[in-house]
Amino acid sequence: MASIKDHKESLDFVYDFYVKMKRNKINLAYEGEITHQITKAFTSLTETNMAREEDASSVQKKVFHVMVECLQNISKHSESAPNGSAKDGRGIFMVSKGDTEYNVTTGNIIKNENVEKLRGILENINKLDKDGLNKLYKQQMRDGHISDRGGAGLGFIDIARKTGEKLLYSFLKIDSTNSFFVLTSTISRIKE
Amino acid sequence: MSVIKIQGSDDTPTVVLDKENNIFEISGRSLPEDVVAFYNPILDWLSEYAKDPLDKTVFNFKLEYFNTASSKLLLDVLLKLEDINSAGHDVLVKWHYPDDDEDMEEAGEEYSDIVDVPFEQVPYTID
Repeated sequence: MASIKDHKESLDFVYDFYVKMKRNKINLAYEGEITHQITKAFTSLTETNMAREEDASSVQKKVFHVMVECLQNISKHSESAPNGSAKDGRGIFMVSKGDTEYNVTTGNIIKNENVEKLRGILENINKLDKDGLNKLYKQQMRDGHISDRGGAGLGFIDIARKTGEKLLYSFLKIDSTNSFFVLTSTISRIKE
Repeated sequence: MSVIKIQGSDDTPTVVLDKENNIFEISGRSLPEDVVAFYNPILDWLSEYAKDPLDKTVFNFKLEYFNTASSKLLLDVLLKLEDINSAGHDVLVKWHYPDDDEDMEEAGEEYSDIVDVPFEQVPYTID
């Protein structure tokens, strides 16, 4: 981002940012390292807000779950900042609330060489119906292993089956090494 | 045999493994920062217990929430119980779930499909 030269520019930036957040109904936005403490803070904040909004407890639980899995995905899989000093992954994390749904969006840097593999995993998940997702989850739980980074390879599958929605994702090539991976999960606020 | 007693927190479950008093329980929330480090002592305890278990082991799961990484480790716990059962000792898994929590009920069904051990679903009401 260009440096903010003077006070007026700074003010414009903040107001513009505020308006954009309001317009997109974003009630939480964060960029930085995703630590376990951050995960706990964001989930508890959202829980409190949702309880106040009187969303159904099943909706609250799903949002909580999707948030945990998305945040842990970044903390475990994001390629850390270029200087490589951070232990936990960095990324952007947003929660927006529309009249009928919550959206949880994450964005993080991944290596270009991992893009096709990840795309394949997500495409496969999006092809499956609930039974297929349940089968895949069971299979992965039985045969998979906890990775060095503490992931079980189950997060995306579980988000898809618990929300009943397709995963929305895209990859933006940044340079010859890295891409930016964006994932949006939608949780309906309308109780089935 | 030693007793495991872990007080739950907002990201780790309460765990009681007490052979002498016949209490085996995992309850609460499970999304620890390091799932393997949290569950390894529990799995080690169960391996030790499996050498000389009670005639009947009733293991209670009463979880409000667990993340996917925990789900894998909970399966490992259940597989230990399956081993004890298949070695000829009675085991009963009681899976407690809030009666309005379909996902937790389905999680129990899923485990009972995977693991070959007597499994009882126990709904309860939260006030």
